[in-house]
Amino acid sequence: MEKRLLTLNVNGQDYELYINPKTLLVEAIRDHIGLTGTKRGCDTVSCGACTVMIDGMAIKSCSVLAMQAEGYQITTVEGLEVNGKLAPIQKAFIDNGSYQCGFCAPGMLMSAQALLNENKNPTEWEIREGIEGNICRCTGYNSIVRAIDGAAKGKYTEAKS
Amino acid sequence: MNKYTVINPHSKFTVLNTHVHNIDGVAKVTGRAEYTFDVKLPGMLYGKILRSPHPHAKILNIDYSRAMEIPGVYGVVTGKDTLGVKQGIWRRYKDLCDEQVLSVDKVRYIGEPIAAVAAITEEIAEKALDYIDVEYEVLPSVYEPLDAIKKEAPEIHEGVERNINVTRHIEWGEVEEAFGEAEYVREDWFKCGGQAHMCMETRAAVASYTPEGKLTVWTSTQSAYYHQALLAGVLGMREGDIRILAKYVGGGFGGKFELDGAQFCSAVLSKKLFRPVKIVFTREEDFIATKRRTPMFYYVRTGVKKDGTLCAREAKVFTNGGAYTGMGATALYLTGFFHSFPYRWKGYRYDGYRVYTNTLPSTSMRGFGAPQAMFCSEQQIEWIAADLGLDPIEMRRKNSHHEGYEVPGQATIASCGIDQCYDEIRKWIDSKGKLPANRAIGISACGFMSGGIFNWFDTPYSFSSAVVTINQDGTVELHVGAQEIGQGSNTTMAIICAEALGVKVGDIKVHSGDTDHCPADLGAWGSRQTLMTGNAVKMAAEDAKKQLLEFAYAQSGLNIVYDLDIKNGWVHAIARPERGEDFVQLVRKALRGKDGQRIVGRGYYTPHRKGMISPAYSYMLQGVEVEVDEETGKIKLCDSMTAHDCGQPINHLGLIGQLEGAFSMAAGYGYLEYMPFEDGKLMNPNLVDYKMIRATEMPPANIAEIDTYEPEGPYGAKEAGEGLTNPTAAAIGNALFHLFGIQMKECPIRPEMILNALKEKKEKEQEKKGKK
Ligand code: FES
Ligand code: FES
Repeated sequence: MEKRLLTLNVNGQDYELYINPKTLLVEAIRDHIGLTGTKRGCDTVSCGACTVMIDGMAIKSCSVLAMQAEGYQITTVEGLEVNGKLAPIQKAFIDNGSYQCGFCAPGMLMSAQALLNENKNPTEWEIREGIEGNICRCTGYNSIVRAIDGAAKGKYTEAKS
Repeated sequence: MNKYTVINPHSKFTVLNTHVHNIDGVAKVTGRAEYTFDVKLPGMLYGKILRSPHPHAKILNIDYSRAMEIPGVYGVVTGKDTLGVKQGIWRRYKDLCDEQVLSVDKVRYIGEPIAAVAAITEEIAEKALDYIDVEYEVLPSVYEPLDAIKKEAPEIHEGVERNINVTRHIEWGEVEEAFGEAEYVREDWFKCGGQAHMCMETRAAVASYTPEGKLTVWTSTQSAYYHQALLAGVLGMREGDIRILAKYVGGGFGGKFELDGAQFCSAVLSKKLFRPVKIVFTREEDFIATKRRTPMFYYVRTGVKKDGTLCAREAKVFTNGGAYTGMGATALYLTGFFHSFPYRWKGYRYDGYRVYTNTLPSTSMRGFGAPQAMFCSEQQIEWIAADLGLDPIEMRRKNSHHEGYEVPGQATIASCGIDQCYDEIRKWIDSKGKLPANRAIGISACGFMSGGIFNWFDTPYSFSSAVVTINQDGTVELHVGAQEIGQGSNTTMAIICAEALGVKVGDIKVHSGDTDHCPADLGAWGSRQTLMTGNAVKMAAEDAKKQLLEFAYAQSGLNIVYDLDIKNGWVHAIARPERGEDFVQLVRKALRGKDGQRIVGRGYYTPHRKGMISPAYSYMLQGVEVEVDEETGKIKLCDSMTAHDCGQPINHLGLIGQLEGAFSMAAGYGYLEYMPFEDGKLMNPNLVDYKMIRATEMPPANIAEIDTYEPEGPYGAKEAGEGLTNPTAAAIGNALFHLFGIQMKECPIRPEMILNALKEKKEKEQEKKGKK
């Protein structure tokens, strides 16, 4: 298939790529742009390891083509911190031990952040639903729920930590 | 949403058991952590593996000439490119080394590697697989152990009679005599399923062989040292010429310390092509062509007195070994041992048979045979209590292990908090009051090991070693071979080192996952690292500290009866803590005194005189509140409480994470994670059909931590985080028993099984009514 030129905006930076139009967004991010924070854990769009934010919403980047993401703001785990300062949700994950092997964490953080973008005061059930698409084999999720809850309650904003 | 209480806490520590953040945290939450999956080297090729579509077949011929013509294909390897070494992790026992990984002449399960291709892209490698022509002679197959032991069953490994791979016998006391004392005897058959490790990072390796004859392999492993040694064996190389790198590993759970196809095939390809080769399993490959928790058939006969005193038990187990041994031989032993836990039996006899079949090999998985053992034992104990009209908690309590108890000929229990576990679970049950009609609570007790004593790997090294080096600015390099796989071992070792040396966790850099620079260690399995590597780290830190304090003494002018110590970076006389000096100053003076040589402390641990199995045992009792929809048979976990004795907790956050995580995996084993096979083929090798606990299914995981002191462990610590995989399946079963009076003899407990049991129960009741 003929390659195509496209521009992806990832973490505020435009990247020009010349790629096969069938390339998945996750492949573009990892293999072509080289941001390997985003992971892959399945071939069936079921694990959430590849979750990124597109215009602030959580999307599994193995479920869309890179071409479909053109013109949107894509955020990956690498885009959460600003000038070496961690985002509140990242601090919350560290403080609650919300990762073990860490392989699910990049996707989990994106789902968590997207949930908080949309819902400032999620209930415990809403938090659980917000990360239902993300499998974590290590933690049993409760520490992740505690982290998101803490972040939502403002426990990890700049002034308080 | 979760309650964490501590019973009899010890609080004499500065670092230990405080709220220490995981030291790999920033790397893991910012995407900086580089897993094998992320490794990319200059000139790297991508490998793909051709797998057998047959459960049992002879390979007559492999022709890959057509594949080689595809542009971008660099090379293909088959078993003929290897030394054909039959390898295994039980290196002391040659007949248990039975797997070539890349098969030379015969395949024994669907998915077994036959050939591997390296190409400039993964797609080209994948496409090339279609152009490899293999001629097979398909052989008759057998899939279940009880079929495979029949005389007429096909022979899977040459000369292995009735396909019996390993047998294990454990016995103590006069068993028949003890049965003679029993006033009530009950026997049951159980069937325990397999389970996929389902690490989020699938098996992956990047191998790079260079013309100097050196091989470097980045891989997702639970034991870098094992893979160094295993690869040396199959490649005919010296261990020292192989370097394994595994800084970040996306999960292990017992599935990543045997040689896998990604490691072996990438190494063989790289050796042939002198280019780095990366192989990452797809999720499907990770399901069908790795290994799994060992499925088991359990026969249990138990004799008790009317007052609930346990007299004797006899167990016979047939496990589905699948095509190769792997760690299955160890699982066969441990299931038999932990089946006796946590009770005192006057007579106990276990006979285990591991049987080869033409299915995915089975092996160790978190719990190592004990979840199966407890599913059977803890349900039967509950049924016996009901049969005799006894309180199930009190019946368990009166028969339980206690400090100082000797499991005859097997183990001495030096610390045991199970008695208090019963109190805590009782309190929790009482606090719940009356439950809704569709809910019930089930309980289950167990214990687990803190590392294995056995050395079937035949290592000449200490089981664990550590080196502590102190830099002139007071920072500390800690080198360990303990493998960080997410369980938090780097953090745990840093905490032990900081506590022993009297510095902060932030002063310590942990170096692990690199065989060139770290001492050999058997790695992360059997819950061994906290106790074994922890002891080595403590010893190394104390060695370094002693050397430092010698200088401090010399310059202090104190009477020799005074003791010096270091806490929080302050070197002082214990009797006069205000008088002292800064740690860094002391380090600088010591350096000068040693002619500039750095202070290096060394430590190691190998268990001695600790019985047959493990240096120490954890104990726990779990209660699970279960709700069932009678229409659909669907299970929902509503709440849980675990009372848990892991000795002295070291890594507070890590401990909570381990207990919650183990519980989620155990719950999955209990009612969700089903692996159905048809004609040797796994029917659900993907995450749509293989169901696991998700955030919405996870109940609160309340914990009551019973702090005991284990004399063999560092600061009194023992196992945490693997043992809790053991009780849950039985606890769920017991809840169903109390809810409906049904007995679930197979796990995972699936909705259709519950519906069938309810239907059967109704029919029986109607029959009874009819007779009346
Ligand atoms: S990789 Fe599993 S959902 Fe995208
Ligand atoms: S931390 Fe390992 S999968 Fe979530």
